[in-house]
Amino acid sequence: MSAVDVRNVTKRYGATTALDRVSLAFPNGSFFALLGPSGSGKTTLLRALAGFVEPDEGMILIDDQDVAHIPSFRRNIGMVFQNYALFPHMSVFDNVAFGLTVRRIPRIQVRQRVGKILELVRLDGLDHRKPRQLSGGQQQRVALARALVTEPRVLLLDEPLGALDKKLRQDMQGELKRIQRTVGITTIFVTHDQEEALTLSDHIAIIDEGRLIQVGEPGEVYDRPYTRFAANFLGDANFLSGPVQDSGIMVDRVGHVATTSPLPAGEATLAVRPERIRLVAPDTPAQGNRIEGHVAERVFSGASLTYTVQTDAGPLRVLRQNADGDVIDTGERVALVWSADHSVVVED
Amino acid sequence: MRIETRRRWAIAWLTGPAYLWLAVTIFLPLSAMLYFSFQKKGPFGRHASEFSLKHYEAFFTKGYLQDLMWRSLEMGFHVTGLCILIGFPAAYWLARRIHGRWREALFLLIVLPFWSNALVRVFSWTIVLRPDGVLDRAVHLVIPGLPTIDLTDSYAAIIIGLVHSYLPYMILTCFLSLQAIDESLLEAARSLGARSWTILGRIILPLAVPGLAAGSILIFVPVIGSFFEPRLLGGPKGTVIGTVIEEQFTVVSNWPLGGALSFILLAIVLLILAVSAPVLKNHMRTT
Repeated sequence: MSAVDVRNVTKRYGATTALDRVSLAFPNGSFFALLGPSGSGKTTLLRALAGFVEPDEGMILIDDQDVAHIPSFRRNIGMVFQNYALFPHMSVFDNVAFGLTVRRIPRIQVRQRVGKILELVRLDGLDHRKPRQLSGGQQQRVALARALVTEPRVLLLDEPLGALDKKLRQDMQGELKRIQRTVGITTIFVTHDQEEALTLSDHIAIIDEGRLIQVGEPGEVYDRPYTRFAANFLGDANFLSGPVQDSGIMVDRVGHVATTSPLPAGEATLAVRPERIRLVAPDTPAQGNRIEGHVAERVFSGASLTYTVQTDAGPLRVLRQNADGDVIDTGERVALVWSADHSVVVED
Repeated sequence: MRIETRRRWAIAWLTGPAYLWLAVTIFLPLSAMLYFSFQKKGPFGRHASEFSLKHYEAFFTKGYLQDLMWRSLEMGFHVTGLCILIGFPAAYWLARRIHGRWREALFLLIVLPFWSNALVRVFSWTIVLRPDGVLDRAVHLVIPGLPTIDLTDSYAAIIIGLVHSYLPYMILTCFLSLQAIDESLLEAARSLGARSWTILGRIILPLAVPGLAAGSILIFVPVIGSFFEPRLLGGPKGTVIGTVIEEQFTVVSNWPLGGALSFILLAIVLLILAVSAPVLKNHMRTT
């Protein structure tokens, strides 16, 4: 269990900058998601933490010790790879024991610790199997056990659930959380899946084009995205832009849209989450922001429906729970209503 | 049922030519040779065919044939061992360190010996290894005081020539095995605290065993049967079982003895493969 502190880390590959002065503090015991699209630099950051990438500038502190230029094998970290990277010629037991035998730990202790960790990941009894005789979920557990058995300071996960199908992924999410809580280890994982980031982690860092965009708890980042990119990447958002006027903006052909967040001078962009907008009949009186339009498209996804409403400010998406089964037909006129609290000012 | 029959016909038609080809080019000559090896005399002159074990007996009664067989096996082990020692690091270097166009260029250089006639290759070694030859001059250029280096007609010359001829097999087979090793396996080992030598010993070498084995078989089998390299580079010291077998066919015209010795050689090769098979199988199954 350790705190990790990344300070001003920069990594360049030729002309491209993979990481651009990234500073990020990972609190002790946290479950931290690095979220970003592919090529954003999130994996480079994880690999820099693991010691596979040497940063050009900056420091990586684990327990206040700078490890930026210390080789991987001396860092005492645990890593789970996207493809699990299990040693194909070794049994489950030998795979998990690898980190211990490398450290020349006595046999009896090795057997004890491997047994204990396999119990933790619920794989006891499969010691003698070879990796290829295991299912994807079981391989993942072996990889996790192998990474945890050495009692590393930090656990790093590279797209941990990417290779699993949906049902198994949900099970493993629960498992990962349980194991992380049991061990209490600082865990950092890379994902491009916003849902995974939201459900698993207690902290999210959004990364784009090698730069850190925003860090915070999932709810905080979701409710108060700093930028258009953050609002769009973590969840879905509608955007309205216009010149600033009395705690709101003037949107072309629509009028005043209010917000409670502090506004910059000049132009501003507001983000509104589709599920924060209510659809009501056009004559219903309502407080807060209101735009009228007609339903242009309806997408049914079981528990909820997404409507695209054509308004004078362009198409806006509204998410509505399928609670009472009533469905608005396309072409119908509706009013979109939401509170000023839910218009969030974002940078473009 | 009809589909089943038709399928069988299709398989027969498709595989038939290949089997026929194998039968004509390998099975027929081999069985003819097997037949001769059990004959008292070769197919020359007018005499009735007569079954005999005397040529097989000859191997077990004549000590010098056993000595030569042992010499050939020893030569096979030496050449194979040297090819592993040189070829594996070279393959590792090519597979893991060199990329892009450089790799292609180096591959071309490795395969180049295959393009030249084997006899020419061996003769050029005699030019290199003789006194006042290329090697001798080069060494004296660096260290002038040294006595003359003469490797003509020596065991070392045979080994050098054979290693040079067969090294590409080892490099290519090892390269294929090494290239198939996922980089993340090595990273995983490193993250678990393993240093380079540990990774080499516990991850890379075990996973490269199929390549090492394939290369070793490809080298060992022809080397123990080789005859013109030992004769040209070893001179009078270059007598091995291969040269003896060759002489039975080309000089002495004792086909039955040549055949018998060939089959004893084949039996020894099969025996070695059978002994090493369980170990290899175990590895193949896991990778």
